[in-house]
Amino acid sequence: MEAETVGKTANSITGRMILRILGKTLVLLVCINLLYLLLNPLPWIGRLSIYNSIVPGRERLPYGDDPSRSFNLSLTQMDAMFASHIISSTQEPADEYRVLLIGDSATWGYLLPPDQTLAEQLNSLQLTSRDGRKVHVFNLGYPTMSATKDLMFLERSLAYDPDLIIWLFTLESMPWTKQLDSPILTLNPEATLDLMRANDLPIPASKLKASQDNLWGQTIFGQKRELADWARLQIYGLLWAATSVDHEIPATYNQRMEDLPADPNFQGYGPGELEEPDLAFDVLRASLDAANGVPILFVNEPMFISQGLNSDLRYNFYYPRWAYDRYRELLAENAQTAGWRFVDLWDMLPASVFTDSAIHYSAEGARLLALDLAIYISGQ
Amino acid sequence: MDLSGVLIKMTLLHIFVFALIALIIAWIPSRTWRGWLLFGISVMAVYNLQPEVPLRHFSFWFPTLTIILTFLTWLISGSGRAKFAPMDLRAFALAVGIIVLLDATRWLPAGLPLIADRAPPPASLALVLLAIALLGWFLKRRFGRQGIVSWILIAVVVGFFIVLKWVPVGIEVSRILRSLTGQSRELASMSDLSWIGYSYIAFRLLHALRDGMTGRLPEIDFQAFLTYVLFFPAIIAGPIDRIERFNREYSERPRISAGRLYKGSARILKGCFKKFVLADSLALVALNEINAPLIHGAGWMWLLLYAFSFRLYFDFSGYTDVAIGMGVLMGFNLPENFDQPYLKTDLAAFWNSWHITLAQWFRAYIFNPLTRALRRSELGKNIWIIILAGQLVTMILIGLWHGVTINFALWGLWHAIGLFVHNRWVDFRRTRRLALALGSFSRIEPIIGGLLTFNFVSLGWVWFALPTPELSLLVFQRLFGA
Repeated sequence: MEAETVGKTANSITGRMILRILGKTLVLLVCINLLYLLLNPLPWIGRLSIYNSIVPGRERLPYGDDPSRSFNLSLTQMDAMFASHIISSTQEPADEYRVLLIGDSATWGYLLPPDQTLAEQLNSLQLTSRDGRKVHVFNLGYPTMSATKDLMFLERSLAYDPDLIIWLFTLESMPWTKQLDSPILTLNPEATLDLMRANDLPIPASKLKASQDNLWGQTIFGQKRELADWARLQIYGLLWAATSVDHEIPATYNQRMEDLPADPNFQGYGPGELEEPDLAFDVLRASLDAANGVPILFVNEPMFISQGLNSDLRYNFYYPRWAYDRYRELLAENAQTAGWRFVDLWDMLPASVFTDSAIHYSAEGARLLALDLAIYISGQ
Repeated sequence: MDLSGVLIKMTLLHIFVFALIALIIAWIPSRTWRGWLLFGISVMAVYNLQPEVPLRHFSFWFPTLTIILTFLTWLISGSGRAKFAPMDLRAFALAVGIIVLLDATRWLPAGLPLIADRAPPPASLALVLLAIALLGWFLKRRFGRQGIVSWILIAVVVGFFIVLKWVPVGIEVSRILRSLTGQSRELASMSDLSWIGYSYIAFRLLHALRDGMTGRLPEIDFQAFLTYVLFFPAIIAGPIDRIERFNREYSERPRISAGRLYKGSARILKGCFKKFVLADSLALVALNEINAPLIHGAGWMWLLLYAFSFRLYFDFSGYTDVAIGMGVLMGFNLPENFDQPYLKTDLAAFWNSWHITLAQWFRAYIFNPLTRALRRSELGKNIWIIILAGQLVTMILIGLWHGVTINFALWGLWHAIGLFVHNRWVDFRRTRRLALALGSFSRIEPIIGGLLTFNFVSLGWVWFALPTPELSLLVFQRLFGA
């Protein structure tokens, strides 16, 4: 019956009608794109989320190397990322002492299930603050190493009324030359430029391609990747709810490197060349200004210390000893001079808890680190 | 089990380019030239669609083998005329010419979008073509249209099919081929044997060979026959057309009209929406071997299973829409493959509306001959045994067509039992006049029947979607809250 109708319709079609259909389609397409361009709906689309309503919020920000296995994906829209996080679920209860963890993949919990990350290990300790409020720790770490990336997340997280921010970082995040290595920064050029201008950060802006400066970039076609990622994040929400899996943890993986290359250089710096202007301490200072009174605890995060070949020259795959020692000196000097809340936990974890890299630790490592950090949280 | 062999991979770019080519073909004023262009494009498309395989030069050899098998089938099945007509010679020469030209691309810079990999040395191609020509001449001269050669060719076609679908055999063949090409035997895998469209090509060839043996095959020239087997819109995902129907339309090949442009384009767009929007979105949450063991809760498991059901339908029927749409542009009304299968109220109706052309093929060449043979045998007195045997053999073979694995066989068994039970139930009702006794229940019967059928089919997909019976059983346990 339907085929017959279609057949009859098809027979009565003329070339002129087809041209009219094409013309109307084109006009409609242009109009919809113009409307989209005028309304710029991407931010509020990003805030539309099935998380925290139809499905539970994620315990850490979305990030996925292989979406088909981790039921998660890396996307560029900060609005959508935060809307999917459990921190967006409710207003802060009156008796909650809200602690936010900012940092890299170690804080995010690479190779750990979501219920065994540092944030969850801290929550499992059922801490109370000095004024008797229940401590609730939220994981806002995000993989890739850049202090500027961390600052962007930190500024964003202030909307969630934290009582304390704990920012865990390491030397690898600090060289100015590395600040734009995080894709989340380069793929959000406008937000990154705003961040740099507002905080007077000396990062070469020329590296940022302001894709949305042109009109095309603001149309549906120009933003199809962002829209598709938003949709995929919502769909993966169903698998998150069905499995509680947000990260693929392979049964086997390459262990962190024990024997090291005899390379004394660090990020292009030869022995003795790394100095204060080379490192992004300004980013740490900017975070204190941005926090507007919210206390920030800076933590030099634990790392693996090798005992293998060339370990007299290097601590691990990332760092020659001279560079890391110099970084610690500079960090301590800055912290002391400016009166930062700062704790250096660089060597507090045993080598056995490190997994696939010099900064990723196991659940046991997260537990040990949580025990150490608990002292500082309860002391606030 | 890798469902990539079952689900088809064709990009939007492929579809756009092929639709454009279909339009150009349909626009040519001369019917003769339309035929030759369609023939040439179909030959080239089989090379273009063939994915790159690790086996050296096999991205070229697989399509070439397809054309050789098609030629031999045409020659032997009786579809060919007693002697080569000038038209057949011209078609043969054009096919060989295209193959030789594609082989010559080995001297052009790499990365041409004509074939996936570097073509083999011309000497080896010349040897193969010469051998095939001699073989064809010998077979035609020595055996004419005798059935024995058809049976041999049927065995060859089915043999290739088994190699491609049965992993242990395929790996062994891959090792042998790797030895011949001087590649590492250790790296042998089924990806060595990704032969584009063979599942459908084989069924068209078998149809020609069997109908040739029974004298039902119409006379068809080589140009039309090769175009039928390699018809580029339908090479990847069917439908499996019948020669006599295709040949009728092929001889007409009308020029494009506004009506067909509208109808064909609308159908292609509908197919693209089904495939690239609906199916690809559902694929993110559809049941698979990765997520199946991780699901907690029966509700979620049902959701993922339903997602798989609809993903498979939209994926497959989307591609079919694209194929039918391209056919319409060129003046071909390819047969429908799907007719709202999930809205059917019983399992027999489902199988009359799901992958229709495949089911019809099996009905014509497996079920009907088998049940006829059984009726003539001692078992002919017990009708239910005939039905059960017919359903079992047919459905298990349909399962194995997707891949020779236990799970595909179990999927076939699942449907065979379902169809048998349904058949007996219908018979029981008819003899007991149960419909009348059911009274007001009969009003909601279609709804209940539809729900039961859809869920039975969906539960059957548990075998289909997963690689092992153990994992499937685990999913069944979770679905029912165990």
